[in-house]
Amino acid sequence: MADSTALRHKTAIVGAAETNTVGVLPDYSQLQLHAESAFNAVADAGLKMSDIDGVASVAPAQLTEYLGIMPRWVDGTSVGGCSFLIHVGHAAAAIAAGYADTVLITHGESGRSRVGVGGFGGGASTIGGQFEAPFGVAGPPTMFSVPIVHHMKKFGTTEEQLAAVSVATRAWAVKNPRAMMRDPITVDDVLSSRIIAWPMHLLNCCLVTDGGGALVMVSEERARDFPKKPVYLLGRGENTAHQGISSMRDMSVWSGAAEVTGPEAFRMAGLGPKDMDHAMFYDAFSHTPMYALEALGFVGPGESGPYMAEMHTAPGGDFPMNTNGGGLSYTHTGMYGMFAIQEAVAQLRGESGERQIDGIETSIVHAPGGMFSATATLILGNQ
Amino acid sequence: MQKPPRPLPQATPETKEYWDGLKAHELRIQRCSDCSEFYFFPRPFCPSCHSQNVAFQKVSGKGKLHSYVIAHRGHPAFDAPYVIAIVELNEGPKMMTNIIGVDDPTPEKLPADAAVEIVFDDVNENVTLPQFKLV
Ligand SMILES: [Zn+2]
Repeated sequence: MADSTALRHKTAIVGAAETNTVGVLPDYSQLQLHAESAFNAVADAGLKMSDIDGVASVAPAQLTEYLGIMPRWVDGTSVGGCSFLIHVGHAAAAIAAGYADTVLITHGESGRSRVGVGGFGGGASTIGGQFEAPFGVAGPPTMFSVPIVHHMKKFGTTEEQLAAVSVATRAWAVKNPRAMMRDPITVDDVLSSRIIAWPMHLLNCCLVTDGGGALVMVSEERARDFPKKPVYLLGRGENTAHQGISSMRDMSVWSGAAEVTGPEAFRMAGLGPKDMDHAMFYDAFSHTPMYALEALGFVGPGESGPYMAEMHTAPGGDFPMNTNGGGLSYTHTGMYGMFAIQEAVAQLRGESGERQIDGIETSIVHAPGGMFSATATLILGNQ
Repeated sequence: MQKPPRPLPQATPETKEYWDGLKAHELRIQRCSDCSEFYFFPRPFCPSCHSQNVAFQKVSGKGKLHSYVIAHRGHPAFDAPYVIAIVELNEGPKMMTNIIGVDDPTPEKLPADAAVEIVFDDVNENVTLPQFKLV
């Protein structure tokens, strides 16, 4: 197999920013959210928009039209919430190959207010239209959540353990002034919140918000000449495995992560789970980061429930995870992966304020796209 | 407020035999003649070994409850709470369906690995959906 280790530490994120605010933003169109975060990230890098010669976005044609730029390299990978992690990996290869010098990666999504957004949906003759839609699936809560009952049956995972994920994550959001939900919660609060799709209660489900984020990437040689401390790409992995949740290969395992993106990212970085100081594991629902912990080897199969209940990932624990408050309590526009990268960059730069992890040198960012359908992993470092 | 209609499938060339089977109240799925695996959903090759030597065959319609959610907030065409389930057929493949016939569904009424059996739901003259009930 070809070896990606040659790209370890060869590129860096030198600009990173979100929209001025996140949350409920009915005065912004989706493209405005892209643009505001793009201008913020370019300014964070001390650059002008005209310096950008590579663009990655889930809608690159719309974005270049809107921004009025003419990139010489473009990536339109659009596989859901992990798309931006995949963009980072692709940008690293493009920069190393000489396809681009200065790459802008953007996200903007009017996920809550739905201003300037097309409709949902596929037709009745798609695979989803034939084999899932007739059974009343209605968005992520009734799709993404489908595997967890199998995990509960196989490993004894409990509703209380699922609730602990929400509790630990909220404890971080308390420390984040930009977070939408900042009141501390208990396991009982989660279990007494209304049922959306059992076993998922309201507080097991991510928020629905508006917002955006953007990144600027350059080569390692150039990275030292920018205003902010560079955040280097050490490892990456990407995969797609299925579209509909009913085609998930094994409902107790995140196969894309366990078989492909985890091994690939750790191999490229020359590092393992024990070397990670911090994690951003996309939390669309309480079970999503639990599947990540198991698939990436941070805990054994079926061990994520007890692990979460022991609060290792909460403030004061030995493995800080989802320190911005996550999709559960910070913000979740629909494709949250960009915000997971933003928090990893902020932590590695030492910009995370009250929730800053001391002495952090590495962070792992991991996300699904769709319903565990696509998968991507990034390992970032500041040394 | 009037309920919107339930989303209904539209068959494609490679899935027509499956939907025609349901209309005839038979569950027909494909089996690979090279590796002997049954698979779902229909496509003209085996997703395990990629052989094109595959054929539809009538199967038992029996299986067990693999995983599920009880949708309390779901599709407006459905009366909540309702059960969206993954059923593992005795022949091996898994498919999405609903578990019907459980009044006010709760986890206690839907034990892991419960035996289930297909019910052919003639939604209209063109479409029959596969539903499952506990047995
Ligand atoms: Zn085969």
